Amino acid sequence: MGMVHDIDRVDRIAEKLAEAEQIKGRSPWQDAMTRFFHNKASVGSLIVLGLILLFTIVGPYFAVWSNEEIDWDRMGDIAELGRPSIENGHYFGLDDLGRDLYARTIQATRTSLMVGVIGSLVAVVIGTLYGAVAGFAGGWVDGLMMRIVDILIAIPYMFVIILLLVIFERSLFMLFVGIGVLSWLDMSRIVRGQTLSLKNREFVEAARAAGVGWFTTVRRHIVPNLLGIVVVYATLLVPGMIMTESFISFLGLGVQEPNTSLGALINEGAGTILRGTLWQLFVPLFFFLTIIISLFFIGDGLRDALDPKDR
Amino acid sequence: MLNFIIRRLLVAIPTLLILIVISFFLMQLAPGGPFTSERPLPPQVLANIQAKYGLDKPLLHQLWVYMKGILLHFDFGPSYQYKDRSVNDIIAQGFPITLKYGSISFVVAVAIGVSLGVIAAIRHNTRLDYAATGTTFFAQSLPNFVMAPILIIVFTWQLGWLPGGGWNGGQWQYLVMPVIALSTSYFASIARITRSSMLEVLNSNFIRTARAKGLPERVIIWRHAMKPTMMPVVSYLGPAFVGMITGSVVIDRYFNTGGIGASYVNSALNRDYSVMLGITILYGGLTILFNLVTDVLYAWLDPKIRY
Repeated sequence: MGMVHDIDRVDRIAEKLAEAEQIKGRSPWQDAMTRFFHNKASVGSLIVLGLILLFTIVGPYFAVWSNEEIDWDRMGDIAELGRPSIENGHYFGLDDLGRDLYARTIQATRTSLMVGVIGSLVAVVIGTLYGAVAGFAGGWVDGLMMRIVDILIAIPYMFVIILLLVIFERSLFMLFVGIGVLSWLDMSRIVRGQTLSLKNREFVEAARAAGVGWFTTVRRHIVPNLLGIVVVYATLLVPGMIMTESFISFLGLGVQEPNTSLGALINEGAGTILRGTLWQLFVPLFFFLTIIISLFFIGDGLRDALDPKDR
Repeated sequence: MLNFIIRRLLVAIPTLLILIVISFFLMQLAPGGPFTSERPLPPQVLANIQAKYGLDKPLLHQLWVYMKGILLHFDFGPSYQYKDRSVNDIIAQGFPITLKYGSISFVVAVAIGVSLGVIAAIRHNTRLDYAATGTTFFAQSLPNFVMAPILIIVFTWQLGWLPGGGWNGGQWQYLVMPVIALSTSYFASIARITRSSMLEVLNSNFIRTARAKGLPERVIIWRHAMKPTMMPVVSYLGPAFVGMITGSVVIDRYFNTGGIGASYVNSALNRDYSVMLGITILYGGLTILFNLVTDVLYAWLDPKIRY
């Protein structure tokens, strides 16, 4: 009797084991996502940034005036007639030349965001490739490549960008080139350091011992581990790029009319504060600060999520 | 140590030379010479002017003369726009001003940043810490070109306490706003770095040992924790210095302080290449020198660095 009973039980357990779903593993990326979305400040910033992005896309459909039209009726007395108002369609008021600041702000926000994203992309691509190659190669190649970075990093790059802008034409394209080409240096250092430390880790050695090919090792083991730090750093690069562009445009050396950026608008607004047209400063300033602060929060959240040892 | 300094110098000098060569050739790429104007000069006159400035010589010869001038006599050559002033005159006039408010800003940023960071770390997870962290988070996103107009609105326009610009021999009223505008985002970054570095140090084993020994907290912080805490801060000083040098351009332009930054922007707008080149090289040289100093400081702080 006892034997039969035991066999029953064994069968039942075996059945259960067969039925039971495999416990799902969570990838480190899913972990990171969970951590990120638990961070209220980051999620809030992501939403704010999304709203600003939406504004630059949907905003133009609500614009009554275009960014180039001059409101001749009101341009004579901008301090009084050019105030922000819903009735006459100048939601953010007029700029100093009588153009609609609402349309101009949308245009400027677009430019600034574009500079931030494209500039960072250039920096990420160049920096990651350069750093990864140096880290993998090691030896004198690494030494030489990093000495070059050491030398370039000691140059105050803002002056070189301005030099480039003055010498070649002052176009958005040149600005992208200047900012992107000179800002990959930190990225390459970070990636190189990470690559060096990954290269000799046990799991890479294990992969090599198991006969995994060179390319697969890189794709499967090195790149995913690099990605976290690249993503975090790239997020923190974007506000830096926007600030750099705004700085140059604030000096009047960046984008040229009729194009504009937040830095250029802040410059215009800052030049006219004594006439009492404060909205010309505060509207672009509000967008600038909101974007920068949200990006900082998102970057911080990503760092906490992807690099848990730092918490 | 001497060995280390010499090795660093061996990197610094080629850096400076490369900077000079790159900027020099960039200028040569510029379309149109310094004397291209809307109404073209008669060829004979142009040739005479070019001969006067040595522009008719081969490029490499020009570069050689230019470099020799800078390195041996500290001579940056003539300005092509202002016939009666050399680049040296322009630098001599503006640089002391920039240097004065720049160094004050630097000291202020480091002093406030480090103390705020240390206080926040010691009082970790208290209200004081949250206040400091919050402040620095927002201050970090206030670059000089945002601070400058805000300060003028508050202190000049609303309160009427401070003059809205000018220099006046560097009296304190004229220094306050430039210093605040220039140092805000940097003191914030320094405070954040100090705080996280201090927190890490305070969690390390040797501090636990010091606590176990019964050392008073004051001694632990100042004698044991401070030195390792400062290491990441010192490595940030280089970028901070570059940032401030760059920021001085905004200060000089916005507050009319008469420093070298205003000449830089004007030369950029007037295409006065020799002035741009001179100021770029001067700032580059200063940066390289400063990086050398921080490297030495770093080596002194970190016994692990071999020299």
